Amino acid sequence: MSHVKLKINGQEHSLDIPEDMPLLWALRDKLDLVGSKYGCGIGICGSCTVLVNGQPAQSCRLPAVKMQGKEIVTIEGFAPNGDHPVQRAWNEEDVPQCGYCQGGQVLTAAALLERNPSPSDQDIDEAMAGVICRCGTYFRIRKAIKRAALEIAEGGSA
Amino acid sequence: MNTRDKGTDLSRRSFIKVSLMASGALMVGIGLGQRAGAGELIDETWVANLYVRIDRDGTVTIVSKNPEAGQGVKTAFPMVVAECLEVDWKDVKVEQAPLDDRYGRQVVGGSRGTPDGWDDLRIAGTGALYLLKEAAASLWGVPAAECSARSGTIMHEASDNTARYAELLDKAATLPVPDVSALKLKSRPEDFSLLGKFVPGVDNNLILTGQPLFGADTRLDGMLYAVYEKCPTFGGKVKTANIDEILKQPGVTHAFVVAGTDELNGLLPGVAIVGETWWEANSARARLQVKWDTGHSDSTGDFDRQAARLASESGETMRHDGDVDEALGTAEKVIEASYYYPFVSHANLEPQNCTAFYHESGKMEIWSPSQNPKSGRGLVSRVLGIPEDRIHVNLTRIGGGFGRKLISDSMVEAAWIARQVGRPVQLQWTREDDMRHDFYRPAAWHRFRAGIDGSGRMMAFDHHFITFGRDGKTISGAGLSPKHYPAGLVPNFRLRQSIIEAHVPTGPWRSPGHSAYCFAYQGFFDEVALAAGRDPLEFRLDLLSRSFGEPPLDLKRTGDTLRIAAEKAGWGRNLGPGRGMGMAFHFDHGGFVSHVAEVVADGPKIRVEKVWSGIDVGPVINLSGARNQVEGCVVDALSTAQLEITFAGGAAEQSNFHDYSLLRLDRAPEIECHFIQSDNPPMGLGEPPIAPATPAITNAIFAATGTRIRELPLSRSGISA
Repeated sequence: MSHVKLKINGQEHSLDIPEDMPLLWALRDKLDLVGSKYGCGIGICGSCTVLVNGQPAQSCRLPAVKMQGKEIVTIEGFAPNGDHPVQRAWNEEDVPQCGYCQGGQVLTAAALLERNPSPSDQDIDEAMAGVICRCGTYFRIRKAIKRAALEIAEGGSA
Repeated sequence: MNTRDKGTDLSRRSFIKVSLMASGALMVGIGLGQRAGAGELIDETWVANLYVRIDRDGTVTIVSKNPEAGQGVKTAFPMVVAECLEVDWKDVKVEQAPLDDRYGRQVVGGSRGTPDGWDDLRIAGTGALYLLKEAAASLWGVPAAECSARSGTIMHEASDNTARYAELLDKAATLPVPDVSALKLKSRPEDFSLLGKFVPGVDNNLILTGQPLFGADTRLDGMLYAVYEKCPTFGGKVKTANIDEILKQPGVTHAFVVAGTDELNGLLPGVAIVGETWWEANSARARLQVKWDTGHSDSTGDFDRQAARLASESGETMRHDGDVDEALGTAEKVIEASYYYPFVSHANLEPQNCTAFYHESGKMEIWSPSQNPKSGRGLVSRVLGIPEDRIHVNLTRIGGGFGRKLISDSMVEAAWIARQVGRPVQLQWTREDDMRHDFYRPAAWHRFRAGIDGSGRMMAFDHHFITFGRDGKTISGAGLSPKHYPAGLVPNFRLRQSIIEAHVPTGPWRSPGHSAYCFAYQGFFDEVALAAGRDPLEFRLDLLSRSFGEPPLDLKRTGDTLRIAAEKAGWGRNLGPGRGMGMAFHFDHGGFVSHVAEVVADGPKIRVEKVWSGIDVGPVINLSGARNQVEGCVVDALSTAQLEITFAGGAAEQSNFHDYSLLRLDRAPEIECHFIQSDNPPMGLGEPPIAPATPAITNAIFAATGTRIRELPLSRSGISA
């Protein structure tokens, strides 16, 4: 067991966890933060995406012990009222079908718009290719990113 | 952070809620006496019926009875009730029902939700409104027929009276239940104010803020986490396992062998490992050593060899109209081709999971992302010997169904483990478990011969279908109806069938059968059309213009969807080099769908740029949900056309998304939907759009590249999309 201090959604947590426990399972089973989903366990489906220092990362492959001193944001802590332009666009375009991947999609899209407020289709392709949507909501994800970008450009707060 | 529920308290709460509803419920629905109305006032809430509750503060709660798997039912069903109840959608709260026999069928499957629920939901909303009108009329001393309703208010114009629903609850609760025949149900699009609109999903905010909704989001006091190791060879039994060593692993609380049952659809034998966290349980699993008594050793290579042998045999004749041999003998031209598609996996993004708690009282409580909770409850009852009325199943949101979660293996495993452990247990399969223990969509071979006459019409169709079965009968998902088109569309038709014995588990996969064989039929139709020198659209419309005996599908509705898809796509326009369009029609699960796909090719690398869809499922309930299903089906078709599951030594060879690589955003096309709001009852849409999507794409690949796709995955023809 290792003792770790993690800063998650602005809050400090002290945990005793196995040395090799990925952040995903620390979130889900130790902290009951279940918004980050288990999909593949090998870091290629993106359902477990969190933001680490503002960058999307696959929490199923990040040892929690190495996350000390970093700012971790999960979908629960991202914009808890659901009023971020990306969340609003996601709702207005009614992106979710089953919804399992959408936390990861939203965080990945928000990080994209943070660094590139007016992404091209190709930018969207590259940024979003890491998150699988089995239901196939991709066409709406693209539309929602463009809608959010427009809203941010028009002064909606990101 | 979400707080942990106490399992017992939670269940008690939900039982109370249900029993209160039962005490006051009007029995609404088919098989329940065809009555609606009255109900009971309980504290501050009028429980009008199983679906509708109105509080004194004006809150309208509508219960959604079916599980939600992304098909949009949790939004669409309450919309129907709200439409008939004349309340504003923004004022409606939606609540998920648990498994409760009074609701009748609670299944995600067969696209049956909409057609089955249509009457009950309208009766529930209209029946409650009827009573509110009667209540207002009696208070005002006016005829109920003169009262109207809008936005949660009853009005009587002549006397200038208005009342909010919430003001009428006491009176409404005393009124007699009306007979269903007294209710005028809305049925046509012109009657609707809410139905047909673009309405975002009711759970969107919870999804987008990461709130607990899904099966594995369940958290209970004292809950442990489990993994379950089964034999990689389907149905193999445990001979020995190093349980003592596993029990010494950090965080492990329990480990034991489960003897299981003998059937693939029962409780498969295995080893359960339970721990304080899932990670610890699964880490211990890496040290697990099991000796298995393995069963069968099916392999893809062996299936291929058997299919090749059977292809030269005649098979069993399932249907023969006219005289196919004579017609082919006199045909102007005979076209022959063989089509093949492989086994595929459901690959729900949410791997199978289930949470169970066996209370000391002997009651089993289950939280399951199940498409068919009633069937799961029956399985748990049968295998564990617990009476069904002692099993309570909570329906969680489902992280993708596609047919996989019609099967209740994870439910019976979790229940068994939880009973042995005596604490709440959450069983979470790994992705590898999920892919290696699926109930796969079966592969098949189709050998076609078609004869065309001097005018280019198809007048003979000979079809040898080579599929999978056990004991001479096709296994789940592997059958083909002898009534399927082009039977009935050609004067000489023959279907012959051969069966390969298989022991791998198979099951329903989104639009079972159709989603596979439509590719073969519609690809071959293209080949016949081109051999006859005819345009694929004109050839198909001509095929749909005549029938011989009973037509296998509604020819007009099918043709109309094809025409509108072709018209919107600009079928026949000059696309320039390296581009092509393909089309297909289909009918299944009550829905008529045609697609036209446009493909651009860069050598063997192709991109599906756009798909135009013509759809007739009757009146659309939620425009957003309906489009979502069409869009999702097209992406699913393109994704699955590039995937396959193979078997070696009785086990699946693929295990995760690195070797079963679902489509990603950069390859997804634009999709344009055109709904024909025909004068028919509304049908479901979770399945009908997928079958014709695959051949629309493969026919477009031919048009763009000259490569005819007769086998899936596309990589067998050197194509990637």
